[in-house]
Amino acid sequence: MAATDIGQSAPLSEPSPRELLLRRILGHKGLIFGASVLTAILAAALLGPFLIEHDPFEQDLKSRLVPPFWYERGDLSHPLGTDHLGRDYLARLLYGAQISLFIGFSVALISGVIGATLGILAGYLGGRVDTVVMFLITTRLAMPVILVALAVVALIGSSLQTVILVLGFLLWERYALVLRSCTMQARSMDYVEAAKAQGCSTFRILLGEIMPNIVNNLIVVATLEMAHAIILEAALSFLGLGVQPPLPSWGLMVAEGREFLLFDAWLITIPGVMLFLLVLAINLLGDGLRDVTAPEGR
Amino acid sequence: MIVYAARRLGLALLVAIAVSAASFGLLYLTGDPATAIVGPSGTDADIENIRRVYGFDRPIVVQYVDWLWRALHGDLGISFFFKLPVDDLLANRLPITLTLGVTAIAFALLLAIPLGVAAAVRPNSAIDRLALVLSVTGQALPSFWFGLMLIVLFSVIYPILPSSGTESWKSFVLPSVVLGYYATPAIMRLTRSGMIEVLGSDYIRTARAKGLYRSSVLFKHALRNAIIPVVSLSAAQFGFMLAGSVVVESVFALQGAGRLAWESITRGDLPTVQAIILVFSLAYVVLTLLADLLNAWLDPRIRIA
Repeated sequence: MAATDIGQSAPLSEPSPRELLLRRILGHKGLIFGASVLTAILAAALLGPFLIEHDPFEQDLKSRLVPPFWYERGDLSHPLGTDHLGRDYLARLLYGAQISLFIGFSVALISGVIGATLGILAGYLGGRVDTVVMFLITTRLAMPVILVALAVVALIGSSLQTVILVLGFLLWERYALVLRSCTMQARSMDYVEAAKAQGCSTFRILLGEIMPNIVNNLIVVATLEMAHAIILEAALSFLGLGVQPPLPSWGLMVAEGREFLLFDAWLITIPGVMLFLLVLAINLLGDGLRDVTAPEGR
Repeated sequence: MIVYAARRLGLALLVAIAVSAASFGLLYLTGDPATAIVGPSGTDADIENIRRVYGFDRPIVVQYVDWLWRALHGDLGISFFFKLPVDDLLANRLPITLTLGVTAIAFALLLAIPLGVAAAVRPNSAIDRLALVLSVTGQALPSFWFGLMLIVLFSVIYPILPSSGTESWKSFVLPSVVLGYYATPAIMRLTRSGMIEVLGSDYIRTARAKGLYRSSVLFKHALRNAIIPVVSLSAAQFGFMLAGSVVVESVFALQGAGRLAWESITRGDLPTVQAIILVFSLAYVVLTLLADLLNAWLDPRIRIA
């Protein structure tokens, strides 16, 4: 936090705030685990497609439903087997990781811009603006997200862009709620009063004085919302109204493997476990960041 | 109390109106219902005809007010697909979704509150850690996948529970677990933090000093106060569960309102979709209103602030 950078009064023997932050990060198991798993998935998603020989879209009807290598009938040329159309499962999984991460990031960005703007304005200006924003948040909470997303996606026509836009416009309320209360706290600080007395514009105060105080919270909410978006996209794709075939989304892979549930359960186990790991990693990272940056954690 | 109740009721009414307008407008602005009814084989004349018969040629505000007026009188329109009143469809399907919702919230509360209390009594103990692991993993499990895994486990490998249908209470076990598990982390965390705060307060120390039984202190004195915020949270979670029933009911092939919503969405059956969105949102508004009023009645600090 910017406020702690002014550490001149601290005795020389004390470690610097940066060192303290680093120690807290390294001492937080959940944060380290989440960050490691997320980095691994990110690296696999970005580098993996260059390292394996198969194409995620190439069908090979002669080798359909080959099980992963740890089964007896498994085959190392398809380490995670093939799906019902003979497409390499590992290639689809890696390509699916790119899609999940891309959707999660884009949705967190769009909903972040909407939610942060509403929340900061409500928290800083208060009064009528605050009443209107709180009303918008309450209304949004009352609307069933999955149902509205499904209905709108179905009407517009499902595609990657539609899913991102619809989720982006639906998932902003947590940003607004959190940033509103953080801004309210930051607003009452003396240096904000000082900036006002100096005649700074509202925009300049928001950007220069309020923003550095709430950016930690913004990042924490962004990670949690990214996980939320990934899980919702998977649910939409599972129901057939998200990412469309032949694109490989993990939710869609589970849906496609569903009819083979009885005999080839790995078709749904593998993408499901990946989805679980990715969301778990992002959530742990978000929770960990909140723990190490919260003032009471020091 | 009366002033608080009146203000809270006013807010709920405004939210209800806003939600109904949003769900109505969203669906009408993004699609042309006339083309959807006529289907791909219809001519332009057919489409014009349908527009006139169903009144789609009127301004959107007029259509909305008309729809809302009818909805207030219990007429939710005619399903494009079934050609039956949506009211009758919902009367058939809603009981299943409500049964699922009630059993799911019961499961969530029965799991979350004891765990939360146990975790609060001994922070950092094994049970506290178990509770933490359950809540962290619970948030990361995709419901549709969790449901399929339970089907594999309890209907295929150890066939003790049915994977679909609504014949007996057994059919509701797996769906309730899946739906209820999602509300568990939030309820447990709130119970735990509430209990920790209350257990550190002076009146609990007094109760202990008087020599009261440990269970009496925990459940009669502490839990009663810690549970107040959990009431509102559970009401909100129940509302979210209604929306979540869309996914769970299609995994377990339960013929409830959630599955009807999904089927109607894929069939372009707008009146049914709008009606279900309206009913689910209103259920959330009413539930949170009741929970807030109950809270204000239990805790005078809320209604005075």
